[in-house]
Amino acid sequence: MANFSKPNVPQFSVDVYQNEYLPEGGREVNAIVTVSATGGGTIGNAVAAPHLYSPGQGPSAAVAIMVDCSGSMDYPATKMRNAREATAAAIDTLRDGVHFAVIGGTHVAKEVYPGTGRLAVADATTRDQAKQALRKLSAGGGTAIGTWLRLADRLLSSADVSIRHGILLTDGRNEHESPEDLKATLDTCAGRFTCDARGVGTDWEVKEVTGIATALLGTADIVADPAALAADFTQMMETAMGKEVADVSLRLWTPVGTEIKFVKQVAPTVEELTGRRVEAGPRAGDYPTGSWGDESRDYHVCVRVPAANVGQEMLAARVSLVVPRGDGSAENLGAQGLVRAVWTDDMAASTSINPQVAHYTGQAELAQAIQQGLDLRKAGDFDGATARLGRAVQLAGASGNADTAKLLAKVVDVVDAATGTVRLKAKVAEADEMTLETRSTKTVRVKK
Amino acid sequence: MSQMSQPTALSRCPSCEEPLESGDRFCGACGYDLSAVPAPPSDTPTLTMNGTTPHPRSEADPVNWPAPPAPGGPGAPGATHLPTDLPGTDSGGSELPTTPGAPAVAPAVPDTPAAPGTHAVQSASKGVRFDRPAEPDDYHLASPKPSTPTSLPTSLERRDPHEQGGPPSQPVDPRTATPAAPVTEAKVCVACRAGNVDTDGYCENCGHAQPRERDHMEQELGTVAAVSDRGLRHHRNEDAFAVSRTALPDGSPAVVAIVCDGVSSATRPDDASLAAARTANEALLEALPRGTHPQQAMHEAVVAASHAVNALATEPETAQEHAPHQNAPACTLVGAVVTSGLLVVGWVGDSRVYWVPVDRGAPPVRLTEDDSWAAQMVAAGLMSEAEAYADERAHAITGWLGADAYELEPHTAAFKPDRPGVVVVCTDGLWNYAEAAEEMAEVVPSDAGQRPLHAARVLVGHALDGGGHDNVTVAVLPFPATPQGAGSA
Repeated sequence: MANFSKPNVPQFSVDVYQNEYLPEGGREVNAIVTVSATGGGTIGNAVAAPHLYSPGQGPSAAVAIMVDCSGSMDYPATKMRNAREATAAAIDTLRDGVHFAVIGGTHVAKEVYPGTGRLAVADATTRDQAKQALRKLSAGGGTAIGTWLRLADRLLSSADVSIRHGILLTDGRNEHESPEDLKATLDTCAGRFTCDARGVGTDWEVKEVTGIATALLGTADIVADPAALAADFTQMMETAMGKEVADVSLRLWTPVGTEIKFVKQVAPTVEELTGRRVEAGPRAGDYPTGSWGDESRDYHVCVRVPAANVGQEMLAARVSLVVPRGDGSAENLGAQGLVRAVWTDDMAASTSINPQVAHYTGQAELAQAIQQGLDLRKAGDFDGATARLGRAVQLAGASGNADTAKLLAKVVDVVDAATGTVRLKAKVAEADEMTLETRSTKTVRVKK
Repeated sequence: MSQMSQPTALSRCPSCEEPLESGDRFCGACGYDLSAVPAPPSDTPTLTMNGTTPHPRSEADPVNWPAPPAPGGPGAPGATHLPTDLPGTDSGGSELPTTPGAPAVAPAVPDTPAAPGTHAVQSASKGVRFDRPAEPDDYHLASPKPSTPTSLPTSLERRDPHEQGGPPSQPVDPRTATPAAPVTEAKVCVACRAGNVDTDGYCENCGHAQPRERDHMEQELGTVAAVSDRGLRHHRNEDAFAVSRTALPDGSPAVVAIVCDGVSSATRPDDASLAAARTANEALLEALPRGTHPQQAMHEAVVAASHAVNALATEPETAQEHAPHQNAPACTLVGAVVTSGLLVVGWVGDSRVYWVPVDRGAPPVRLTEDDSWAAQMVAAGLMSEAEAYADERAHAITGWLGADAYELEPHTAAFKPDRPGVVVVCTDGLWNYAEAAEEMAEVVPSDAGQRPLHAARVLVGHALDGGGHDNVTVAVLPFPATPQGAGSA
């Protein structure tokens, strides 16, 4: 449980962007909820400003690094070497006092450091020992990611800390375990720790890696070139060290007669949250968001309200942030926002679409168009793929999502971005296609 | 001096602040058991009770009740009275500044009508701090004489404190006296009757927005009355009004009514209309007793109101309003000043003044020319009135108060009616349902001059019966202005 009396705990704020005006008979209320945490990381996290942190200060945290040691990691041999170096770089980024462990993953999980079912506490000595231990990492065996996660969960839960985080690296498919087993493991681990997942090379399954990150509220990405692993691991660990509050949930209260159509995170990436609701008392539900440092995220909330007469006004939803406790109660983080519904016969008011809602509706459609386009392409439906990816190019261009537009341009030849006219490239590098798929959910914020 | 004191019953429910009718045993809004509130003693309050000193004023005293500060916005809670706001008075009551022709209208109301359970009520006039529930000896008694037809209107219009500091003739509005401490008892939702109302004003069960202060406002001051209603199709009341009485330097009475209609397409139209109505009213109350010609005073009042609305544009928006359209707050304004021989009107926008003679044989007249697209088309001879008003652009206004107004052109006009009548000052929420002067005259009750509040209610009711598509606000002033009290038979 986070200690909120500490000055370096971020202050949360909630802003609601919506057009509250509905036409007569209108029942759907859309709002973008921007949640910002400030004042924690901004004063300098342990990495950016270590002088502000004496050992043990800052949020107590535990990190488990899971490195794929399956046989394929030796082909090419640089992959294993780069993975070792990346892990060493991540260990160097650990703040003093942070609990950590390194796990080698094959068809079974092995404790590489410190071993004997416990966590080490980071300091100069343990960091050195850990890096020595990395030499023991060698490739050989299969891949059963569920076993790695279960071991990480066991180790992380042994420490009494507020932030629990995992970093998982794989280079291949989860072949030595059924998808059901992995799913069961993810269900068990969800909410117990957060986990970033990385795929190295191009022999892994995008949906497996993104599925792990989504379930465990972390990030997913591709590291096509093993040489880039060290930089990526360092950056991931810095982000993890910047987290100040764990287990934050978005709490939505809605009045009688309303129905939540969906709740999505829409920035920095699109993540569907609707199905992850945990009931929290009468007409309230919590949607997990994981741990927070100094950052800002946007959520799209869509509520169906009962029809009302023109001139009526109601509260469609009340948004707040909580940290649920084990006993069913929850610590409220103070900030809240109101989603309103006002019925009017002023057509100009009721037909205008809030720019934030419009923008993120487009970003969500962009992610979906890329997914569908790539799936159709794999299935051999090239006409369908061209249409969907063309739409994606159009949306990316219109919304200013330049990164995604660039990735798309590696998969299709753009004839006219404004109309979404594209041709599928005859030859697409596998890494480019996987990069596009992995990063399809990345969004940009609305231009202010 | 005529005596306009009210009976000493509670003027407001201690639980929900709903105005009460005399004789109520339970609050009509929240069902609060009023018998639980200690009844005021039926004796003259010279008896020392509960260790406090007797009240030092006689019942005839006009208590110069300070109005609470202006609410910060539609959502801001109204400020409560501090007992220290009270000016000292002596038992004679003569030192209170009064003007000729402005007799006392202040009913004796509780000093600090505190709800049971409210502690630490301070009374500066006594220098005593109560660490117990306020006791009935706080209530100042009136004579048993029944109250005047000031039928306890439900107006919640609040006036600025410095309004009181202006011309001393400002009649005291008993309804501005609010309880010393807001009662935090949970209110039940008016829509579902099941949930409590949270601090944001929404039901905790069905989410329904609760009625707001400005949804319906009434005020009557002697012979002038105004009523404002949200209507049936708008979610908030963006109209505002101000009515007041003062005296010219020669002692003759002057009655003022200002009505403003917030422009819905602008940001914070409700704040704009409130600021404009108050400011114009204050300006007139300052200028008229100094001897400024009413027409000149009206012109200056419109200009002052426009400055007040312009100033709103620079204020930060409220947190709730991330409106996609960030237009400067704007509103229309129409005002009337009635004296013993003169009728002055002033306006910007499409709110109107109608003249309806008491003798219905004489023709009623509209006294204002709208600043609207339709009126301009008709004035320019480009369209007939029927054609112009049938056009969808008819109601687009071409003049308004607000920072984005092109050029402020306050219109004023002065009339010397040769016969008695009533002046109807209203927003388009009313005149949409009685556009022609003859139609308006048909709706105005024949006894409007005697019962202006009743007439204003009838007119608002006419608009609501017609559909209530807009906020409706109407003020009714009889002409000629009569000395205050004379009209309150």
